[in-house]
Amino acid sequence: MEIILSAAIGILSASGIWLLLRPRSFQVVVGLCLLSYAVNLFIFSMGRLTPGAPPIMPKGGFVDPTRYADPLPQALVLTAIVISFATTALFLVVMIASRGMTGTDHVDGKERSQ
Amino acid sequence: MISEHLIIAPILIPFVVGALMLLYDDRQRQAKFWLSLISVAAQLLIAVELVVRAKTGGDISDAEGISFYLLGDWSAPFGIVLVLDRLAAMMLVLTALLAIPSLVYAGAGWARQGPHYYSLFQFLLVGLNGAFLTGDIFNLFVFFEILLAASYGLLLHGSGQLRVRAGLHYIAINLAASLLFLIGVSLIYGVSGTLNMAHLANLVSSMPGEDRPLLHAGVAILAVAFLVKAGSWPLNFWLPTAYMAAAAPVGAMFAIMTKVGVYAILRLAMLLFGETGGASAGFGAGILIVLGMITVLSGLLGILASQGLGRMAAHSVLISSGTVLGITGFALAGGGEAMLSGALYYLVGSVLATGALFLLIEPMNREDGGIAAMLALTADAYGIDEAELDEVPDIGLAIPATMTVLGLCFALCVLMLAGLPPLPGFIGKIAMIQPLIAQTALPAGLAWAFIALLILSGFATLIGMARIGIQTFWANDVPLPRVLALEIAPVIALLVVLSLIGFRAEAMLRYTTGTAHALHDTAAYAYGVFATPRAADRPDAAEDQP
Repeated sequence: MEIILSAAIGILSASGIWLLLRPRSFQVVVGLCLLSYAVNLFIFSMGRLTPGAPPIMPKGGFVDPTRYADPLPQALVLTAIVISFATTALFLVVMIASRGMTGTDHVDGKERSQ
Repeated sequence: MISEHLIIAPILIPFVVGALMLLYDDRQRQAKFWLSLISVAAQLLIAVELVVRAKTGGDISDAEGISFYLLGDWSAPFGIVLVLDRLAAMMLVLTALLAIPSLVYAGAGWARQGPHYYSLFQFLLVGLNGAFLTGDIFNLFVFFEILLAASYGLLLHGSGQLRVRAGLHYIAINLAASLLFLIGVSLIYGVSGTLNMAHLANLVSSMPGEDRPLLHAGVAILAVAFLVKAGSWPLNFWLPTAYMAAAAPVGAMFAIMTKVGVYAILRLAMLLFGETGGASAGFGAGILIVLGMITVLSGLLGILASQGLGRMAAHSVLISSGTVLGITGFALAGGGEAMLSGALYYLVGSVLATGALFLLIEPMNREDGGIAAMLALTADAYGIDEAELDEVPDIGLAIPATMTVLGLCFALCVLMLAGLPPLPGFIGKIAMIQPLIAQTALPAGLAWAFIALLILSGFATLIGMARIGIQTFWANDVPLPRVLALEIAPVIALLVVLSLIGFRAEAMLRYTTGTAHALHDTAAYAYGVFATPRAADRPDAAEDQP
């Protein structure tokens, strides 16, 4: 499972970074999305991988913490998802405004040949 | 009981006011302006009260003047804490001092150029105040995002092709930096199991050797995110374009936004890798010094190469960031408290001066027709009514002797940024240079190189700005611009504050010396959090319960 997860994070961030460095603004948006998926998975994995363990402990009595997953990274992932979703949406709006104003989807607002 | 909740007021007040103003559209602009002004004035008063509290020790849990506020009454390190110490209180005052003039300036005209300026402005303040107050690194991320989201809106305020293009780059870079921030935070959590800065500072000294490389990697990735925000070379190529494209009052507020990055680096570096850092003490000091020096150099060359005042002002932001970053590195390597104190003094002065300069740029470059023509130019972008436009010329008094007033203000800003006496720029630089010469922790050559860069950067500022000044004030044939009293008053107010800081330099330096001392002595911060009782556990609270 570790191999699969780390490979997924690696592939997602590699493709994200590659797309982020491309000149078209659509590619940049997709790159940012992929990167944020990779980061979310990374945060999640920082709580250690524990198959089949619930993150919420029962109230009262003796609780063996090794049988439960760390709930904190899961809460962090939720926050990170919300924030990156909102800011990516904002970025899309600016991107569309830029496309409308400059007539090109190049990130610099003009084609290189011009 | 109320007074202990004062710590959270700088976050709550702008948040409530900003959200309230969202409910009304921009026809209520006048009311919104006054509401915002009241909110910012309240923040200034509270910030001053908090400074007094940080100086004398709070009534809640005073560990040498550091007050802690447990959000939701969860005991540390399980809940999020707000921490008020001297540094945080000083930054709060600085934010409010810069926000009032910028707000008044925006009220003179800029706020009409797009919707919901005042709300965005208040949300920017939420983010700034929160980032200065929080004692939890993930919470710091959240406040950074609030601050950035508001700044995206403010940067695009007024629209136009230049702003949208600069905004596109600015948002993309900051989104990428935020992702790095998250990687750093989660790596630190993964290796240490805590997000609380004070708890982290406790754990660093006793961390097993095999975990340290991971912690260092996490903090380094986190620092890259802060360095992007602080405008450190080589992560600063977006900054001059974005700052230049921003509307004048927004540019003035952006002067403090780079300092949030500097603040975060200073706070975390001193807390985690100061003298109590065990085997990690001094981690990253060399890199900070080198990056700071190259940043100053790039700002220096940028000022000499710039043609416009806007680009020049943006590069002077880089110089001041680089200077404080470099000194942070020196202090981290054991350079002593004195130079850090000087750097903090310099930081306050340079933020206010660059703010004033950003506010001056637009009146200085204004063609004939003044603010009415400027508004007419962008009016159709937002469909502002013609009828409303007709009222615009009546909004304020035009000042007499425009050129003289503008020229004097500009000259004072230049004196400040170039570090010439008698303004605080000079005092700040002296206060940094003296301990740099005296220090023995690092090779003298490095300190001398830094001193040389400091003085050269002042010289370059003087050359570049004098050139612009001559072009604008002496060799200019265009008719005099019409400048409103409301636009020049904020600049004068900022300059008055600057000269006050200059005249009261001794008291101010005493405060920053105490701040630098508290930054070096991390025990009060690191252990104070755990000594803070929950409200429910306090004896006076127990009596209330049946």
